[in-house]
Amino acid sequence: MIFVGVEPTLLSVVAAISLTLVAISIVLAFFRVLRGPSLPDRVMALDMIGLMSVSVIVLTAIVNDEPVMLDAAIALALISFLGTLAYARFIERREKSDDE
Amino acid sequence: MTSDLFAAAALLTGTFFVLVSALGALRFPDLFMRMHAATKAGTLGAGLILAAAVIVFGTTAVTTKAVLVFLFLLLTMPVAAHVLGRVAYYDGVPLWDRTEVDALAGKYDVRDASSSSSTPRPDGLEEGGTAAGPPKGS
Repeated sequence: MIFVGVEPTLLSVVAAISLTLVAISIVLAFFRVLRGPSLPDRVMALDMIGLMSVSVIVLTAIVNDEPVMLDAAIALALISFLGTLAYARFIERREKSDDE
Repeated sequence: MTSDLFAAAALLTGTFFVLVSALGALRFPDLFMRMHAATKAGTLGAGLILAAAVIVFGTTAVTTKAVLVFLFLLLTMPVAAHVLGRVAYYDGVPLWDRTEVDALAGKYDVRDASSSSSTPRPDGLEEGGTAAGPPKGS
């Protein structure tokens, strides 16, 4: 996808490798979302996926030579924090259930 | 060309830290260790990747945005981790069975992980809804 019709440079190759590894990291974090075992574990992993999404956005900006994408990174860095806070409030206030 | 080398190095180190944080979040034995891996290493990895973007683009606009993103991460990630860890401790998330010292043990009414939902809330959230869990016996 990245190298179609373009001469690969050092930076583009490294950015492609980085994108792949960060994608693998997101998959690993998602395993933690699936496994739990407690709800805060899942929230923590989701928070981490948000952080990695910021990394993915920045990497995509580098690969595509589009600095505009960094605006999305700013927004995501703020929004994922709010999501984590909301989840924390929810954990604090909910009734304990068995099926977490 | 040398700036490309620096950018590539920053990218690779940042990716390494992101990968390590994901591995730590997957492999560490309890929630608090996993948060330790995810928060600190993840923030450092994202910061290094942002630094790579600054080196690649090199313009003032990109630098400002990248610094802004990193500042937001630096402000929000510790707060989120602290809030989540506090809530998790009150919620009765078990520590690792080989934990030596639990400095908070006995100081707070921790919701028992095995208790049913019919037990009264230990921290009196029904009335106030404030965040702090009061000390035992108050």
